[in-house]
Amino acid sequence: MVGSSVTEVIDVHRAPGDRPASSGLPPLLRTSDRWTDEMVTAAGIPMRDKPVVTVGGGIGSFVTVDYLRIAGGLPTSDIQVVSNLSHPWQTYEHLATVSQIALDDRIRSDAASRPDNIWGFPSYAVSEAFRKRTLAPLMQVLLEPVFADFYTPKLRAVLESIAREARRIRYWDMLERGDVEMVRRRAGGGYFVLFADQRIAEPEHRVIRCRDVHLAVGYTGLKFLPELQEFRAGMNDFHHVVNAYEDHEHVYHALRRRPGTVLVRGGGIVASRVLERLIRERMDHGLQTRILHVLRTYFSGRHGKQLWARRRGKDGFAYQGFNYPKSVWGGQLKAEMRKLDPDARLKVHENIDGTTTAWRREWQRQLRTARSQGWYRAVNGTFEDLRRDGEGVLARLRTADGTLELHADYVIDCTGLNAEVRDHQVLRDLLDHGGARMNGLGRIDVGREFAVTGADSGMGRIYLSGAAALGGPFPGVDTFLGLQIAAQEIVDDMARRGFCRRMGPAGALAHWVRWAAGRQI
Amino acid sequence: MVPTLFGRIQTRLFMLALVGGVVTAAVAPLLPVDAPAAARYQSVYVVLAAVAVLGVGWELIYHVLMQWRWEKDWPTLFGLVTIVPEGVLAGFLATGGHLPGLPGPVPLPAFAVHFTVVWLAVWLFVNGPVRVPFIRWRFRGGRLL
Repeated sequence: MVGSSVTEVIDVHRAPGDRPASSGLPPLLRTSDRWTDEMVTAAGIPMRDKPVVTVGGGIGSFVTVDYLRIAGGLPTSDIQVVSNLSHPWQTYEHLATVSQIALDDRIRSDAASRPDNIWGFPSYAVSEAFRKRTLAPLMQVLLEPVFADFYTPKLRAVLESIAREARRIRYWDMLERGDVEMVRRRAGGGYFVLFADQRIAEPEHRVIRCRDVHLAVGYTGLKFLPELQEFRAGMNDFHHVVNAYEDHEHVYHALRRRPGTVLVRGGGIVASRVLERLIRERMDHGLQTRILHVLRTYFSGRHGKQLWARRRGKDGFAYQGFNYPKSVWGGQLKAEMRKLDPDARLKVHENIDGTTTAWRREWQRQLRTARSQGWYRAVNGTFEDLRRDGEGVLARLRTADGTLELHADYVIDCTGLNAEVRDHQVLRDLLDHGGARMNGLGRIDVGREFAVTGADSGMGRIYLSGAAALGGPFPGVDTFLGLQIAAQEIVDDMARRGFCRRMGPAGALAHWVRWAAGRQI
Repeated sequence: MVPTLFGRIQTRLFMLALVGGVVTAAVAPLLPVDAPAAARYQSVYVVLAAVAVLGVGWELIYHVLMQWRWEKDWPTLFGLVTIVPEGVLAGFLATGGHLPGLPGPVPLPAFAVHFTVVWLAVWLFVNGPVRVPFIRWRFRGGRLL
């Protein structure tokens, strides 16, 4: 059973600068692009061998390990997960809950996007129908998205399913707690993964010598609008201006005690969640909260460059079922992107990128009420600056009609997460010493099999999945299905290289039966 | 489902052959038609083959319609309601005896039962169980090859 009490957040709030530098590492190791076994031994760093190491330990590592165990047929003794997380859903659960997805709320993910199930069958909708003995989830899948909202699973169901699968594949037998500092190529082939467990008082470096490395390090931290960050740092005020991805319960609690105005910045799914919470709080507790919603780009209707590719928009928001158009996970957009050269891919990104949120009937009803009663107002503008104003803040916005000044008691910034790869020490090191290079979107360049371009080392390869791989041949990288697609490509590539098995229809069916029976592997 | 054009065509042909073939064999003896077994089986498999061949044309039409959808997807319901136009066309050809290889016109009730049962079986299989043996199918737009 997964509950919020099991969560222990370690790395989410840690800024890039807080990470310990590779102190105590001999200069020769720090500066050498390739290490020899002797260099590591001479430095007195304990070393052991594992064929495959995955760095990160979040959902990305879990999904890849799940695939390696089931489809690749690798034993736990061949895989090492190195992570500062105690369980793979830890960061995900934290970010989801602080950004207002309670355990019994529904996430923005397709019914068949199951990180715990490489087959995607039965979907979460089928499982929910069986569990609750109701046809409602199946009817919703039948009618979505035309006559019903997209079916999406509850956060609790997703986390519990991952926990169950993690036990089944003996995830914790493969987990080594530690903060990875760098991955360096080994003279003669393969890699060295250098890490230290920063939880203990005097952490010591350790090294795993491996053939292949998988990196799924997620986002580096939270992203703020520069003006808002300036205010927080300058005024030392982390109370009135918050990021939606940090714990900001104090805002909702304060509004219950005293009426106030909240300025929400952003038009994505997180902004929708925050608005939902503010509106529900006001309605359920009879509050007088007023909401100012600032949108940099205001969508008043369908938009898009081509007549046949136009995204729905209304009242400021751009609407889309999931993070990307659905065909990105297996349809024509995936097939098209796979074939394009990097420049052409960037052009497609221009068409499909941008912040979107989901069209949900309940949210539409809430916003209609809020608008008609005059306590919700959407403003199309950008921040010029933010100042302290009595007990609250004064925001100066640039709008089409000139400058607009708005007083608010709190600002909730829903700008998102920081995906800057150079802010992550392992990725930065990979760029500086590992042969990796950035792509046109400023992320790490990967090939179709999710191998980092230029980082091969003899018979070894570095694979990369998740947000850092955006801009490559597959766009939907930072999603459950995207992580599974990456895992499939990675394991198939390892199989082609002769290091694991390639699963065919009979094997897939046999393993599914084991999965359905909950048999440990 | 988010198929590509080739994925749609491959999936349709494969599923009609595999699931449709098995279901047809099972349902043929039960159809309300007064004919010897050989003619009965010949008729149902000719109809099944016709649905497969005509289907390639239908898929081209669906592909064009899909281009107008931002998500480039094909919702579950669309896969079900297309039973109507496809059934009407195949039914017209089968009951009129216009299909090559047909021993004679197929009675409407027999056609309706056969066509509906096969359609539902294929639709259900494509919307779930197919993903179990074919783990790459859904990420390749429905392509099996």
